[in-house]
Amino acid sequence: MEVLATAALYALLALGLNVIVGFAGLLHLGYAAFFAIGAYAYALLNLRAGCPFWLGLPLAGICASATAVLLGLPAIRVRGDYLAIVTLGFGEIVRIVVTNLEPWTGGPNGLLGIDHPQIGSLRFGVDSKLYYWLLLFLVGLCAWAARRLQRSRIGLAWAAIREDELAARSLGIDATHLKLTALAVGGAMAGAAGCVFAAKQGTVTPDSFDFILSVMILAMVILGGLGSISGALLGAATLSVLPELLRDFSTYRMLLFGALMILLMRVRPQGLLGSRPSRHVPAGS
Amino acid sequence: MTAAELFLQQFINGLTIGSVYALIALGYTMVYGVIQLINFAHGEVFMVGAYLGLMVLLLLPPSPGGVLTALLAAGTGCALLGMLIERVAYRPLRRAPKLSVLITAIGVSFFLQNAMMLLWGAQDRYVPACFSPGRLGGGAVSITPMQAVIFAVSLFLMIALQLLIHRTPLGRAMRATAQDPLAARLVGIRVEGVVSSTFAIGSALAGVGGVLFGLHYSTINFHDGYLVGLKAFTAAVLGGIGNIPGAMAGGLLLGLLEGLGAGYLSTQWKNVFAFAVLVLVLLFRPRGLLGERVAERA
Repeated sequence: MEVLATAALYALLALGLNVIVGFAGLLHLGYAAFFAIGAYAYALLNLRAGCPFWLGLPLAGICASATAVLLGLPAIRVRGDYLAIVTLGFGEIVRIVVTNLEPWTGGPNGLLGIDHPQIGSLRFGVDSKLYYWLLLFLVGLCAWAARRLQRSRIGLAWAAIREDELAARSLGIDATHLKLTALAVGGAMAGAAGCVFAAKQGTVTPDSFDFILSVMILAMVILGGLGSISGALLGAATLSVLPELLRDFSTYRMLLFGALMILLMRVRPQGLLGSRPSRHVPAGS
Repeated sequence: MTAAELFLQQFINGLTIGSVYALIALGYTMVYGVIQLINFAHGEVFMVGAYLGLMVLLLLPPSPGGVLTALLAAGTGCALLGMLIERVAYRPLRRAPKLSVLITAIGVSFFLQNAMMLLWGAQDRYVPACFSPGRLGGGAVSITPMQAVIFAVSLFLMIALQLLIHRTPLGRAMRATAQDPLAARLVGIRVEGVVSSTFAIGSALAGVGGVLFGLHYSTINFHDGYLVGLKAFTAAVLGGIGNIPGAMAGGLLLGLLEGLGAGYLSTQWKNVFAFAVLVLVLLFRPRGLLGERVAERA
């Protein structure tokens, strides 16, 4: 059950990042920062203002979304690989600031005693099953929203920007505005995921939000196939369940995991459910 | 210690670690220059180099000869490792979407990290002290023999690399491939061989950097590759990725900023400087300090 709850959490994150990277084509390497903002936003609201979970959830989403847009304002001026690096830098800065801002965030020890959610008399406590259903509901909601967005004018404009920004701009698409929209949507999903994570754990510590997490979520999105919603879900499921399946190999588990990632990409470079052939000119030709 | 002396001392400390960053940054920048690929596994190559060096230093008595053997062993071992990584994880995906290479790079990172953890354990490993703790220069500002060695080795390798790139047939082939792989192929350059050599040279430099890093901090851990790799990458971007003198300058500059930042502000925030500088440079000079302005590729 714990594994399933974790998988659902990753699915939510992968869905959000898929909006940014898959739909709008913004290679983001600091996504864990928004997850962190969501988690800390709920933790602080709850501990300092007694804010209940159900109010904290949208607020955490809004906080993360706002951060994504604010950090995105300067960052989206740069493109491609450079954007990846700027976002990576922001991601690390957020983590280090959270670690060092001791009076607010508790520093490396994090914050303790965050309230678990409650519906009427049903207390969530530490029961993974309830969080699993909650997360599954959120995943469904976000997948539905992502599908609607993908097929809307916004989604089509995102695809246009992703494929050829110059051409999209010349058709009158406001690329800057739309990229920020993608960041806002993706950030909100990460914020919500962060809030559930904080509520489930009851504690938040900065080391839960390192660069490796950003990379893992990105790996899920790419593994599943960029831009594909079901792909993001499948990628999240694969990469969160695979290490568990390899548990029998105990210490060799992560070693094999690394090798399998290489193998999977060699067999299906476009991702498990990605069908869109690369229209970019490959390097070296 | 007067203000000027403190400044000079932090300056020297910063340059020492900066020259290690520069060595690693060269690998990122060379590979990027030739095939526009960010080799995210490069930090792990550095880490493997540190362990290779440690292995030699544990076997041999701590002497200048031992250190030299360690440097050579790490350089050679990492050169082979770099070529192997390119062969297994990157070459088969040369025509695949650009991002899929990112995943294989992460796979390689996981693999190498865990391989080293299994071989050497998860705890910090101590690197034997190989240099006398004395100080050169009697005044308040001094440089340890080890810092001198680190600096000398890095400088030697950077000059050697410059000569290799500008004075040898391989260097010419590398520059040609960087400019235009197709045209390079047309004039008879074995592009795959050039790419392989680029990985070998960059990885060898990272391996040497790993040994120097171990000597400098006297402990190494299988996690080290990540943060140091990230910083070296920052250095490469700082100098303008793809630009070799830029990577050297970027490494030294980053080391200096870190040294001075740690000396004057606070060590806790040391790592923020690196990233803050990176973000600022990219926002205001997106091609790095020494990078030329290039038109967006179609």
